[in-house]
Amino acid sequence: MADFLNTRVGAALKDAVLAAVVTLLLTSIMVGIKTKTEQGGLGIEGNWSLVAWMVLAVLVGRFAMSLLVWRGRNPVANAMQSILPKQETVGKIGKFVGPALLVFALTLPFYGNRYVIDMGILVLTYIMLGWGLNIVVGLAGLLDLGYVAFYAVGAYSYALFAQYFDLSFWVCLPLAGILASFWGMILGFPVLRLRGDYLAIVTLAFGEIIRVVLLNWYEFTGGPDGISRIPRPSFFGLEFERKGGFADFFGIPYDSMHRVIFLFYLILALALLTNFVTMRMRKLPIGRAWEALREDEIACRSLGINTTNTKLTAFALGAMFGGFAGAFFATRQGFISPESFTFMESAIILAIVVLGGLGSQLGVVVASIVMIGGFEVFRDLQDLRMLVFGLLMVVIMIWKPRGIISSRAPSVFLKEKKAVSGDFVAEGEG
Amino acid sequence: MSDVLLSLRGVKTYYGKIVALRGIDLDVHRGEIVTVIGANGAGKSTTMMTICGVTRAREGEIIYNGENITALPTHEIVRKSIAQSPEGRRIFGRMTVLENLQMGAAVINYAHFDEDLRMVFDLFPILEKRQSQRGGTLSGGEQQMLAIGRALMARPKLLMLDEPSLGLAPLVVKQIFEVVKELNEKQGLTVFLVEQNAYHALRLAHRGYVMINGQITMSGGGQELLSNPEVQAAYLEGGRH
Repeated sequence: MADFLNTRVGAALKDAVLAAVVTLLLTSIMVGIKTKTEQGGLGIEGNWSLVAWMVLAVLVGRFAMSLLVWRGRNPVANAMQSILPKQETVGKIGKFVGPALLVFALTLPFYGNRYVIDMGILVLTYIMLGWGLNIVVGLAGLLDLGYVAFYAVGAYSYALFAQYFDLSFWVCLPLAGILASFWGMILGFPVLRLRGDYLAIVTLAFGEIIRVVLLNWYEFTGGPDGISRIPRPSFFGLEFERKGGFADFFGIPYDSMHRVIFLFYLILALALLTNFVTMRMRKLPIGRAWEALREDEIACRSLGINTTNTKLTAFALGAMFGGFAGAFFATRQGFISPESFTFMESAIILAIVVLGGLGSQLGVVVASIVMIGGFEVFRDLQDLRMLVFGLLMVVIMIWKPRGIISSRAPSVFLKEKKAVSGDFVAEGEG
Repeated sequence: MSDVLLSLRGVKTYYGKIVALRGIDLDVHRGEIVTVIGANGAGKSTTMMTICGVTRAREGEIIYNGENITALPTHEIVRKSIAQSPEGRRIFGRMTVLENLQMGAAVINYAHFDEDLRMVFDLFPILEKRQSQRGGTLSGGEQQMLAIGRALMARPKLLMLDEPSLGLAPLVVKQIFEVVKELNEKQGLTVFLVEQNAYHALRLAHRGYVMINGQITMSGGGQELLSNPEVQAAYLEGGRH
């Protein structure tokens, strides 16, 4: 008997039986017994056939998995590794994917319908947020769980400036960015000495503080009622209205799509600006200092880098783009309330950055499309959507623990250009 | 100005309530190689970190080039042309060799970058071959060379090395120490070396200090200490590695 249990089949069988027992214990209460409204109170009804099916499914499934997949010659990760393309080929494809995606984005309004363009706006907003957060988390290595705070600051700055001072979107956009980066620095100061887990907790709290203040400062922000009738952006002073606006000026028939298309190009431009600035920064001393800071803070200091300034600029710049995106969000929705700025948003943005590959600009794009697009595609599945979403994350983390695009292009070369593959460095190093 | 480049006077450093340095006095003259040897936990690395302002001296003062640098922040101390190769090398693992070297030159704003890069590549030819590799993929010896090279990119007047021989093969240690000697002789670079490998360190250094329990117990010329029976008994027995 003991010998049998030590064989591969035996061990798998033992494991499967154990799993089946656990399933039985769990399901007998949660599934097996069902309450039913009867005359004179609540009655109980057995549902044992379903329990039997579930236990059987776990038994067989677990047995098959452990025999064929986990204990097999090729565990899941290896099997996936062999199906999926190698890092080098991904790198080669990557060169064409970026420009191809850009062309796709530029031409989308010409053939997309309203639904597709709305989706595009949503995805681009998250790409922009992902790129902004990438500066803080991906480049400077400062784990920020409260990024949504800057998004909220940007959105509320525009909404409040418009409400109280009647300022236009174009005046408020830079103001929103400046205010958000100011808040970024305010957050930056107390957390200068923190790293890793501690930093994450403080930033998480900061995100919540902003939300709670917005929620409770009723006289100023409208609290849970939010702010409505936020003015829409104009096209160089031309409103998108039925009479005397954009359409009349250009002598074309009025179409409500004009505004949507304009918003699409607006967020595309903002996102590209974020990308452009980040790419430029990476080649400047400050950008290199961010990356060095991510690698080793003590070494940075011993090389004469002022780590205080380096961290603060990362926070401020990342927050500024969050603020821009927030202002855009406010003008697009026309209505904002603290509910749009929950921790869930921070988590999604962070997931985009991590799944895409820390520090990778293209990775953020791919992860945004997959995640935000995936959310929409699986909308019909309702609750199962989150399950699919979770499964997707698990798969990505097994297949590519450093994110979808884990290679990092060096910022300086003497001779030939050569991307250094993430495969050379094991997980957890560097 | 005297020829003393760096001097420590009565420096005391604490970790919380624990005394790490119990009043250190030492001098480094221009153009010298000075070494501090001692066992684990003697306070060698703490001495170096205190000079750089990573840990702070609670008492005493540190004078560099006629200026009191005791209370300056680390990055400003480093800008006074003190470069260090810290303990454990601390190179940037995900960045390439070239980028690592570039980080070293940041402190002098990349002045003379190409020239200095050539100099480092001539000292350590292996780094030129490895220039586009990630720092983390180098061997231990190569990483140490990179750490020293990175420090040299800042054109330091004083080079501080914390246990460059740590965990390296004897042949590599020899190679690295030869480069240090060459830098000192040809460029007149002042070197402050903290080492456990007493034999190699004392053979290289002009002068040495022996440190026990946060105090300096002996000092003298390198050869002098090397032939001192006490030093031999404590640090060199069977230790010609």
